[in-house]
Amino acid sequence: MTNDPTAKSDAPDLVRPYVITRGRGHPTREGLDLVSLVIALPGDESPHILDPESTRLLALCRGGILSVAEVAAHLKLPIGVVKVLLSDLMDTGLVATRRPIPTAELPKTQLLQEVLDGLARL
Amino acid sequence: MDSPVSSGATTDVYLADSVKVAAKILVVGHFAVGKTTFVGTMSEIRPLSTEETMTQAGAHVDDLTGAGRKTTTTVALDFGRLTLSDRLVLYLFGTPGQQRFAQVWKDMTLGALGALVLIDPQRFDQSFDVIGLLEEYDVPYAVAINRFDGAVEHPLEKLRTALDLLPETPLVTCDARDRASSTEALMALVRYLQLRASKELA
Repeated sequence: MTNDPTAKSDAPDLVRPYVITRGRGHPTREGLDLVSLVIALPGDESPHILDPESTRLLALCRGGILSVAEVAAHLKLPIGVVKVLLSDLMDTGLVATRRPIPTAELPKTQLLQEVLDGLARL
Repeated sequence: MDSPVSSGATTDVYLADSVKVAAKILVVGHFAVGKTTFVGTMSEIRPLSTEETMTQAGAHVDDLTGAGRKTTTTVALDFGRLTLSDRLVLYLFGTPGQQRFAQVWKDMTLGALGALVLIDPQRFDQSFDVIGLLEEYDVPYAVAINRFDGAVEHPLEKLRTALDLLPETPLVTCDARDRASSTEALMALVRYLQLRASKELA
C-alpha cells in the first residue's frame, strides 16, 4: 500500500510492459544507450495522444536531465520499454538525447583523462 | 502535486544542465562480492535499480529455470552516478556475472570504458566466469581484491597467477565500504585504460 505515484499498478508484471509499448519490443531508433542523456524539449504535447507512461516520462524529464537508466528506474519500467517510449517521444519532437560518448568530438584519450581528473578531485 | 520522481529521492535527482558527456564503467563480480556496496559508496545519488527484461526464448534459460516454456526473464541492474565535472558524469553499473544474461551483458558493455572486477580472496575461483565474459565481450578490466574483515591475506602475485591475469592487468586491493579506497581502485582502472588507448594510437 503506497501513495507513491510511480508505484506499479496491480497488473501482473512481465505482460504489462509490452502492452505499454503496444507489443513492440524494439525502439524505432538505434543508438539509445543506458547512459544516453534524455532532455525534454520545450513544446506542447497536446496535439499528441500520449499513453499514461509517456506522459509520466515526459513529466519526469521536464524536471531536468537524466540518463535512460535513471528514467527507467524512477518510472519503475524495464529499460527496453523506456527505450521504445523514448523513441516515440523523439519522433514527435518532445524529447532529445545526447549520445553517451560522442567519440568523433571527444577522443577516448581525452575522455579518460577527464574521468581520471574527476576521480582525483573526489 | 504529485511528483514523477520516487518518494524518498533526494532533491539532486537531476544532472546539472551543463552535463554533456556520460561515461560508463561496470563493476562486476560474483554474487555477494560487494558490487552493490561499491556502487553505493561511490554514488552521489541513492543507488538506483532497474530491470532489463529479456523476451527471447533461450534453451539455456529454460534449463535453468525449469519453468517449461518461459520466454521472459528479468535481471535487476543496480547503478550509481558520479558527476566528475561540469560537463562529465560517470555511471557505475553493478553487473551480474552470469552467462545466461547475455542480452544484458551486450547492453551493459556497449560503450563501457571498462570494468572493475571485484574479487573475494576466499572465493576467487568464483570469478573465472565473469572474467571470461569480459574477455568474450572485449571489455578491458582491472581486478580489485575487496578485503573483508578477517579475510586471510593472499599474496597478490599468488592471486594473479591463480586468476591467470595478464602481466599488465592491474591488480589492487580495496575496501568497497571506503570511498577513498574505492576511488583509488577506479583510478587504477582508468590509468590502465589510458595506457591501452595510447598504445592503440601508437
